[in-house]
Amino acid sequence: MNERLFGIHGAALTLRSERMGVIASNIANAATPGFKARDIDFNAALDARLARARGVSTANPGTNSNAGMVWRSPTMPSMDGNTVELNREQVAFAENAVAYSATLSFVQGRVGTITRALKGE
Amino acid sequence: MPERAPTTLFSLTTRAMSAQMVRMNAATSNLANAGSVSSTEEGAYRPIRAVFAVELDRASGLAGVTTSGLVRAETAATKRFDPSHPLADKDGNIWEAPVDETAEMVEIMESARQYQNLVQALQTAKQLMLETLRSQ
Repeated sequence: MNERLFGIHGAALTLRSERMGVIASNIANAATPGFKARDIDFNAALDARLARARGVSTANPGTNSNAGMVWRSPTMPSMDGNTVELNREQVAFAENAVAYSATLSFVQGRVGTITRALKGE
Repeated sequence: MPERAPTTLFSLTTRAMSAQMVRMNAATSNLANAGSVSSTEEGAYRPIRAVFAVELDRASGLAGVTTSGLVRAETAATKRFDPSHPLADKDGNIWEAPVDETAEMVEIMESARQYQNLVQALQTAKQLMLETLRSQ
């Protein structure tokens, strides 16, 4: 139902929001010794999510929910084992925020279209 | 372990900001004690450092941060011969706190930067959330 209404944008919006949380976790742990920065590979995660939504019966139920989760490889490893690089996190966060806005306007457009159709204007 | 509320982006940022605050306070205490002297080696002030630890919330997949404790640096106090000092021991020595002011300043600057970064991230996230809520 959700997918018929919003296409891929519903899943994409959830995923963008999750990715925002993951990058915020990286930023929060910028000074934690031994912390390994993570990120979500958006394409892989979206594919996995759509496949799961389409073939609930065919796909094995044990599909892990964190598909597309990747470790970030640091440009230069640090002594304390922390792999967060603030500049990269900032860029990733900004990029993700812009993409979130874009997806949100797609969803809004879809809702507007349907509302108009329902009202019969 | 007491039941905690689920981690959200807001509580995550709050806790991370508190952790940076502890770190900044520790560095400021070190700076404040930079010139302090003692009449014994044990009594001299040793710089303190905040140690951060990851706090993973499995339900939401968010990784917060918490201060797991404060440790005292194992640096030896600086001995200085100054018999005229009122705190000098019987050999005329005083012990100065081994605080590296430059390192502490750098620590404060780095902490401030990370704090700023957190605030910025929170602002962006909040704005996006509001946009999502207001859309109809």
